Amino acid sequence: MTRLVAALAVAFVILFDASAAHALDIRAAVLRVDYPELAPISRFDRVPEDLAFAGARLADEDNGTTGQFLGQTYETRTVAVPPGEADAALDELLEEGIGIFVVLARQEDLLRLADRAGEDALVLNAGASDMALRDGACRANLLHVAPSSAMLADAVVQFAAWKEWRRLFLVHGSNPPDRALADAYRAAAVKFGLEIVEEREFEDTGGSRRTDTGHVLVQRQLPVFMQDAADHDVVLAADASDVFAPYLPFHLWTPRPVMGSGGLRPVSFDPALEAWGATQFQRRFEELTSRYVREEDYQAWLALRAVGEAVIRTGSADPVALRDYALSEEFELAAFKGQPLTFRDWNGQMRQPILLYDGRINVSVSPQEGFLHQVSPLDTLGLDRSESACTAFEGDTP
Amino acid sequence: MIRLPLAACLVALATPAAANKIFVSNEKGNTITVIDGDTWEVLEEFPAGNRPRGITISPDGTKVYVCASDDDLVRVFDAETYEELYTLPSGPDPELFVLAHSGNPLYIANEDDNLVTVTDTETRSIIAEIPVGVEPEGMGISADGAYVVNTSETTNMAHFISTETYEIENNVLVDQRPRYAQYTEDGTRLYVSSEIGGTVSVMDIAEDGTPTLVDKITFEVPGVLPEWLQPVGVKVTADGSRVFVALGPANRVAVVDGETLEVLDYIIVGQRVWQLAFTPDEQYLITTNGNSNDVTVIDVEAEEAIRSIEVGQQPWGVVVQPDMDGDTEDAT
Repeated sequence: MTRLVAALAVAFVILFDASAAHALDIRAAVLRVDYPELAPISRFDRVPEDLAFAGARLADEDNGTTGQFLGQTYETRTVAVPPGEADAALDELLEEGIGIFVVLARQEDLLRLADRAGEDALVLNAGASDMALRDGACRANLLHVAPSSAMLADAVVQFAAWKEWRRLFLVHGSNPPDRALADAYRAAAVKFGLEIVEEREFEDTGGSRRTDTGHVLVQRQLPVFMQDAADHDVVLAADASDVFAPYLPFHLWTPRPVMGSGGLRPVSFDPALEAWGATQFQRRFEELTSRYVREEDYQAWLALRAVGEAVIRTGSADPVALRDYALSEEFELAAFKGQPLTFRDWNGQMRQPILLYDGRINVSVSPQEGFLHQVSPLDTLGLDRSESACTAFEGDTP
Repeated sequence: MIRLPLAACLVALATPAAANKIFVSNEKGNTITVIDGDTWEVLEEFPAGNRPRGITISPDGTKVYVCASDDDLVRVFDAETYEELYTLPSGPDPELFVLAHSGNPLYIANEDDNLVTVTDTETRSIIAEIPVGVEPEGMGISADGAYVVNTSETTNMAHFISTETYEIENNVLVDQRPRYAQYTEDGTRLYVSSEIGGTVSVMDIAEDGTPTLVDKITFEVPGVLPEWLQPVGVKVTADGSRVFVALGPANRVAVVDGETLEVLDYIIVGQRVWQLAFTPDEQYLITTNGNSNDVTVIDVEAEEAIRSIEVGQQPWGVVVQPDMDGDTEDAT
């Protein structure tokens, strides 16, 4: 006890000396790469102009309110660019002396930007769920606050396992991201001992998804596509391209619950969540933006709050020092999901509960009760240390 | 407790002081449940505005103050008739508050606005607004009344506010999501619970009010995931020997030795145990259990839960009426 007390006292003296002694100005940037995309199936999913930027603005306010007691200021630039201009935008930010970047971009752009930013920079991935980023293609200067597709798929399949819905009918799209997502669901089924009894590919023929009478065609065609499947308890939809999954729940042949890209969806955050003080987050966000929060907003907020927490506890503004602290055992972050969020020190992925959301209410949260792990129940979601080919963090692993 | 109404009546008649009523705020039910502190019977459930959370009572036991969070004000009720007397301006989204020892003013945490509001309970006007960290929640007042402590849940600090100047004199970083601040009666100690950090920070308080963080209490229950051990409400016996800590979704109240700071025991109560209140004689401790819609009564000396009482929807806060001097209301 005495030793603990002494250690704590020393730690706090250091903290307050470091933070009070010299003022810190924390400058970061959110770099959002905007790709040409079709309008979403549902107009509820229309992409707001300030997507992710609004979350960053809230994070600046939150960090700044805390910072005023410690002599710290937080300023985050927000930049949206087409893919071809991303490198130049990054260079400009680097020249301004910014070393902390929250990036929302597809895998290949994200990796290139992370490499371009260099090892003295800290890059936080707030958009891409691709597995390679947490696996063989990981980067030491790249942390992931966006959940991986494995975490999302595991969250869904774990819920199915808890429900004893053991026979899965997997329907996936025909584009590469859909197929990659289907892989995550296959791996999740193996991991939690459920059986995929039937698989089908819904071909993206580029037809109009949304017309005045589109529902008439959908109502006739989709049940036929889903006909004559092996007996199943639940339909899993892997539709990263937003082509068919939202239509599935009421257009099946055999009436079954739908989960995945349609029906019950795994998300990092949803605007219905009230538990764990989330109401306060929702209210602050809505007051600031006059709209509901989206996952990208939460993830940008989460990335910058992780930075802020590291700054507050270390009294440093150095991106490498902040990264090292974020990966250390001391780091933990409250983020309205009922337990402290931490980073996996072997691939830079943030551990976090995944919410299961039906578009109206928060239905459940994974990990589910009874799924245990030797490190943390959160490690039942996503790639585990022994499964990951990531070696860029080896110097950080105790 | 023996369930003999007749016996209870006789006891009530034989005891000069009236029962100390227990008032419970029901966050989702928008009501206050009133419980008889002798018979443990529910006397009444009355409407209290939208999203009642923090609840306290005037030192003379006649007025019940309720943070009606979604109405952005404090409602004041007559402790006898349960009628609303008037409202007090509180600033937006009042969550928790603490009364000065004299009963005036009221120090209120405004969760949505990063403020502590000071309201005069007599003139019913706002005296001061003090900017604090993000999501202010816990409010504690020092024994001499010179300091009010506010905890901010997303900033993770305890802010020590001088009640004379309304300036923040000290900020102490604590673990994630600090919820509640409780001084010991002699004023030499302060306990701050951190819900997500899973700890209770222990600070020694110097005579001039300066805090020094000296220890952190941690919790461990076999068979319960550490993530579920989320400290929220904290109460300390008058002699400082026992600290009771509500552990939220772990459905337990921890009993901590106030000297050694060792956890002695965990008492199983209702689901999502939130806030705590002693009866004035410290014979009982009442816990609000948000998810099972009941309160648990703990026998303090035996350190055992003795009964649970169903209340309204999602009970949040609890206050027990103090002993009333020269009580003239025994007739009730």
